Amino acid sequence: MSDLFNLKNLPTDLKPAVVDLLYRLADDSILIGHRNSEWTGIGPILEEDIAFSSMAQDKMGHAAAYYTLLHELGEQDPDTLAFMRDAHDFRCCQFVALGNIAPDAPAESPDNCNNPTRDRLMAHGDWAISFVRQFLFVQADVVRNSALESSRYDPLASLCRKIRGELRYHTMHAESTLRHLAHGTDDSRDRIKKSFVYLWPYALGLFEATAHDQALADACICPTQADLQREWRARIDPMLADAGLTIDESVQPKFGGRTGKHEQALVDALADMQKVYRLEPTATW
Amino acid sequence: MTETTDNQTQIDAIWNALQTVTDPEIPVISVVELGIIQDAYLDNGNATVEMCPTFAGCPALDVMRDNIRHAVRAAGFDAVDVKVVYDPPWTTDRITDEGRRKLKEFGLAPPTQCGGSPVTEALIKDTACPFCDSKDTNLESIFGPTLCRAIHYCNSCQQSFEQFKPV
Repeated sequence: MSDLFNLKNLPTDLKPAVVDLLYRLADDSILIGHRNSEWTGIGPILEEDIAFSSMAQDKMGHAAAYYTLLHELGEQDPDTLAFMRDAHDFRCCQFVALGNIAPDAPAESPDNCNNPTRDRLMAHGDWAISFVRQFLFVQADVVRNSALESSRYDPLASLCRKIRGELRYHTMHAESTLRHLAHGTDDSRDRIKKSFVYLWPYALGLFEATAHDQALADACICPTQADLQREWRARIDPMLADAGLTIDESVQPKFGGRTGKHEQALVDALADMQKVYRLEPTATW
Repeated sequence: MTETTDNQTQIDAIWNALQTVTDPEIPVISVVELGIIQDAYLDNGNATVEMCPTFAGCPALDVMRDNIRHAVRAAGFDAVDVKVVYDPPWTTDRITDEGRRKLKEFGLAPPTQCGGSPVTEALIKDTACPFCDSKDTNLESIFGPTLCRAIHYCNSCQQSFEQFKPV
């Protein structure tokens, strides 16, 4: 095994690649965390309200840990990275930024004058979209995390070995809930199917390769996105088949997020997520 | 007193101080019993404590870190450094027997020992009620009121209970 890299001996030419990788991990984590947290208090049933809130909190914690690794590499402090960057600075995939509302939902929603995002979610929110996304995301998250447990960048590998146990609960939740919904009623089956078709091209965007893809793989820091995607498919294909979900292999992936090209969904999510912090950035919490 | 024993006395004093710091969400168990203290030593006379976080997103961590700093300072150390380390990763197997006893007394079923293997639903299902010790229980939810708790129901004493879930 080649020598491990740490903060002190990371070769200068690899540093931008590691920084890019960490931004992708951190930004995916904080966005899926933020979107899942939107269900806190208004989840369709109490158990799922608690599950989504807990998983959101876990992912926010993972994001904070990745941002800390970035800070150690000379980037700004974690709060600034999370709350002061604009959409085009974010390197998450478009998938995690999508709202919890179907694209064909009515444009109008009631205005209770206090929280427009929540008012809209309560009127038109579709938890099936949130759940199917969570299922597809966590399976990719766990594939990526387990590959990174043996990353040659040791601070990242240590963190991923720590996160492993937490993600077990996310996969347990995703797999048992998918089985319940898929073998539930016509309504539950129809709704996961509809959500799956909508989400699939975005989910493929998780594996958009960046300019650093090969360098990271050659340095044994992170496998290529193509390799990770293959492993993800090997994991999810049998589960999707069992759930009666058919993959359309001709679908074009929604790329762009990894180079900062985003849809309005990210701008909207950040406006909510960063609102309080930006009111008074120098406040101490 | 030789320098080594003097050193050891000081290190003992750090551990004694740590024993007084508890988890703010489970105030009966100390950070030592919780197994989150990886090491405590003197670094150029500075008290240094290595702490492994439980759940990365646990809001109690910052509170525990501050409380550790205060407790060790109160034990006579002017400079205290609390380092967060991920290696080795914290798992619930690190909770001491005394810690497990206190969790149960507090009304939280202690985590099942997993010996390094991945946690499965089957492993969590087999949880005895902390109130009546019955094993006739159902797993209600793998997520609970805090990141570290799962919710069960005891068919014997007919009440729900929480478990410090294994990770």
